[in-house]
Amino acid sequence: MKTLNDKKLIVEEEFCKGCGICVAFCPKNVLKVKNGKVLIADIDSCIQCGICEMRCPDYAIYLGGK
Amino acid sequence: MSKYLIEKYYRTERLPHIWCPGCGNGIVLKAIVKAIDNLKINKDDICVVSGIGCSSRATGYLDFNTVHTTHGRALAFATGIKFANPKLHVIVITGDGDCAAIGGNHLIHAARRNIDITTIVFNNNIYGMTGGQFSPTTPTGDKGTTAPYGNIDPNFDLCELAKASGATYVSRSTVYGVNMITKQVEEGIKNKGFSFIEVLTTCPTYYGRKNKKGDAAEMIRQLNEMTVNINAYDKLPEEKRENKIVIGELYRDTREEYTEKYDRLIKSF
Repeated sequence: MKTLNDKKLIVEEEFCKGCGICVAFCPKNVLKVKNGKVLIADIDSCIQCGICEMRCPDYAIYLGGK
Repeated sequence: MSKYLIEKYYRTERLPHIWCPGCGNGIVLKAIVKAIDNLKINKDDICVVSGIGCSSRATGYLDFNTVHTTHGRALAFATGIKFANPKLHVIVITGDGDCAAIGGNHLIHAARRNIDITTIVFNNNIYGMTGGQFSPTTPTGDKGTTAPYGNIDPNFDLCELAKASGATYVSRSTVYGVNMITKQVEEGIKNKGFSFIEVLTTCPTYYGRKNKKGDAAEMIRQLNEMTVNINAYDKLPEEKRENKIVIGELYRDTREEYTEKYDRLIKSF
């Protein structure tokens, strides 16, 4: 699926603790945990719902841009 | 949005925070900051006070006027701050052990006076910082490092305690419903009087591991399953109400606020 607007999914690696909350809640299985950090594995499936941003306790993943 | 909130309201040089992987405290803190942003209150008009515990580390990361006080005494310090400068919005961030055990007395008296303080309790059912001892909110039968065969104490219902003590806004939410926390904190800050908001959060490191609750995401899902909104609760049949925790706005009242009352007394001389 094409990205819906100009927002971009950004991961701040130094903030991520690899808890896997975003991976478990992502409705489209976009994310994966690799070597203790979150990894954007399938960006084409992302629907930019923002659940990962809302649930991340470490402020490590967010939709950037306005 | 998230990035903007963090740059505006956090001491970014202190991040990433100290909380364990999967700890719900970070989610609650972001919800609180979002509520403050929604209300458009000036940063200098807010004072955040905390005690000791995992949750109370929050003040270190926030770029408001902040006070990190002694164990259980956050509400006592907050009362003093509110009295010295009644124009400040005083917010207390505290944990279940800090608020219900060591600071239990301060809680009931702050509520009794109806002083304009917004108290947010991060309830993770355990003393996380000191190594997983059971707290007054650990459910009966659940394990902690000091209750290896299960806790035999009945656990506190903090919202009922606050309501009975005289708080004028009482609500409960969970880290599953992030937007609900934001809404309740907004209502709490707007309420002129003692507001008590209990947020059920997760401790995967101690509470989760001791009680075999699964990983962090699983614990958040479980919080959703064991709670029911107050609007739905009234319509539930009796047998389905068992073991459900009620969330939502539980109580609201209007009573004269303490600093206003005091001000009136001083002016009468």
